[in-house]
Amino acid sequence: MQLDSLYQEIILDHYKHPHGRGLRDPFEAEAHHVNPTCGDEMTVRVHLSGEGDDVRVEDVSYDGMGCSISQASASVLHDLVAGHTLTDAFARHEAFNELLTGRGQVEPDEDLLEDAVAFAGVARYPARVKCALLSWMAFKDAAARATAASAGGTP
Amino acid sequence: MTEVTSGPRTSGWQPRSGMPQYADRPRFDVEKVRADFPILSREIDGHPLVYLDSANTSQKPRPVLDTLTSFYEGHNANVARAVHTLGTEATEAYEGARAKIARFVGANAPGEIVFTKNSSEAMNLVAYSFGHQGADVDPRFRLGPGDEVVISEMEHHSNIVPWQLLCQRTGATLRWFGITDEGRLDTSALDELVNERTKIVSYVLQSNILGTINPTSAIVARAHEVGALVMLDASQAVPHGPVDVVDLGVDFLAFTGHKMCGPTGIGVLWGRAELLDAMPPFLGGGEMIETVRMEGSTFAPAPARFEAGTPPIAQAVGLGAAVDYLTSLGMDAVRWHEKEITAYALDALTEIPGLTIFGPAVPVGRGGTISFALDGVHPHDVGQVLDAEGVAVRVGHGCARPTCARFGVPAVTRASFYLYTTTEEIDALVRGIGSVRKLFG
Repeated sequence: MQLDSLYQEIILDHYKHPHGRGLRDPFEAEAHHVNPTCGDEMTVRVHLSGEGDDVRVEDVSYDGMGCSISQASASVLHDLVAGHTLTDAFARHEAFNELLTGRGQVEPDEDLLEDAVAFAGVARYPARVKCALLSWMAFKDAAARATAASAGGTP
Repeated sequence: MTEVTSGPRTSGWQPRSGMPQYADRPRFDVEKVRADFPILSREIDGHPLVYLDSANTSQKPRPVLDTLTSFYEGHNANVARAVHTLGTEATEAYEGARAKIARFVGANAPGEIVFTKNSSEAMNLVAYSFGHQGADVDPRFRLGPGDEVVISEMEHHSNIVPWQLLCQRTGATLRWFGITDEGRLDTSALDELVNERTKIVSYVLQSNILGTINPTSAIVARAHEVGALVMLDASQAVPHGPVDVVDLGVDFLAFTGHKMCGPTGIGVLWGRAELLDAMPPFLGGGEMIETVRMEGSTFAPAPARFEAGTPPIAQAVGLGAAVDYLTSLGMDAVRWHEKEITAYALDALTEIPGLTIFGPAVPVGRGGTISFALDGVHPHDVGQVLDAEGVAVRVGHGCARPTCARFGVPAVTRASFYLYTTTEEIDALVRGIGSVRKLFG
């Protein structure tokens, strides 16, 4: 079945058993993103620690409603960025974004993207790319706000 | 072209759930109709196309496609401004289409038909007419603080947002009919909702999500009693059954060509002649004027006043061909065919465990648009799996987010039927839903 490339086992597992779901305290910033074409919504909170190059993502928590692709992608986001430096997290964000917007032409880096390589098939379904990116865009937004807030807070 | 036939259908339809079979109902042979639509023989990944998204846009029959080609190949020119032969032919074709469409909806005169690019533009045009101030504005179109506009919770965004914008501009208040749990318009507070402060009531004749066909006589009577105007969004009604503007007794009716076998880019605003004449212009430009001076301009009478610039000429002519096609089948026959298909589909879908239908569950006072939820599976995923089997449905909020919100869901899966839909296609939908269950449990 051709659908296998879209609905890979890893994606369905993350959808049915999401990792890190639910909004948690503490957090420095949150972002709420919607997909206007289908009404899906996602709220992402980030909790950062450290300063300068050592800023770490202590936690990424999220809640929302949406299709299997958007929910699984949020679960993978949690796995890939929580506990990593912000620099690493942004590198992964960039690689994931590149993979999804690559129209199926991008060879994913498995060391960097881990479970997220399963989303390679989504890139061939243009109508679903936005679903996969929803939580990741919200994460980037929230992380940017959190760092801006902390930069503004230190004299 | 397809002939209208009478007598029992041949496609194996069985009456179910108490749906009586009336031998004297006008009918057509659906297989002959399907043969008129080239796209229906397409395959999607090896599966025959099962197109259940006609509420989104309908497919186009051969006569419409041929008309577009022959217009461009043999008669193409701009309208209403050329003295040459082609210009005359193009103008005759364009105005001929206007006359056909006027007859199709029972208008008193072709001049009551304004061509727009779609229903959204038609409704924006009317909403815009209420935004002018000044003593020379007809009092029926003067709107300000204290005045009220009434819509419903069942509207497409195109009949919500223009009124929200208008009320923001003018300080008027926007009010709306609610929806009952059964998916019907809640008119229990009609006399309070539509009152002396109401300037216009604008609502949908057939819901694009729930399929509900809304009542008109009591609402129109009440609106006119208090001096308000009435507009119907008939985008989902005109394609599917007989509509007569005089019978309805309303003031404006908006619909779109692409949902009724016509091309995209052509819509219609019907308005009572006397009202169109009283309305200020909408878009300014060529062909909508009487005289232009640098100090100011005067305007052409309706409908030209509302058709600035080069209109969608071939599209209007194509819509005329679509109207001819539908008329040849008979709109009563179209309605009856869809009623049978809807009854069959409602029966089949209600038997699926965990499937909830939004809107009327009986094929009465509703059209052939069925939105549903499948427990635990998001509509995006339903639509994706169905597509893999060649079944095309709409997923999302269907541009009617408040309707979805009323039933507590962000999105729905919507199957919508038309004159070419068969019971075999409903069976394919049901099989597809089985595949969704298999994948998502």
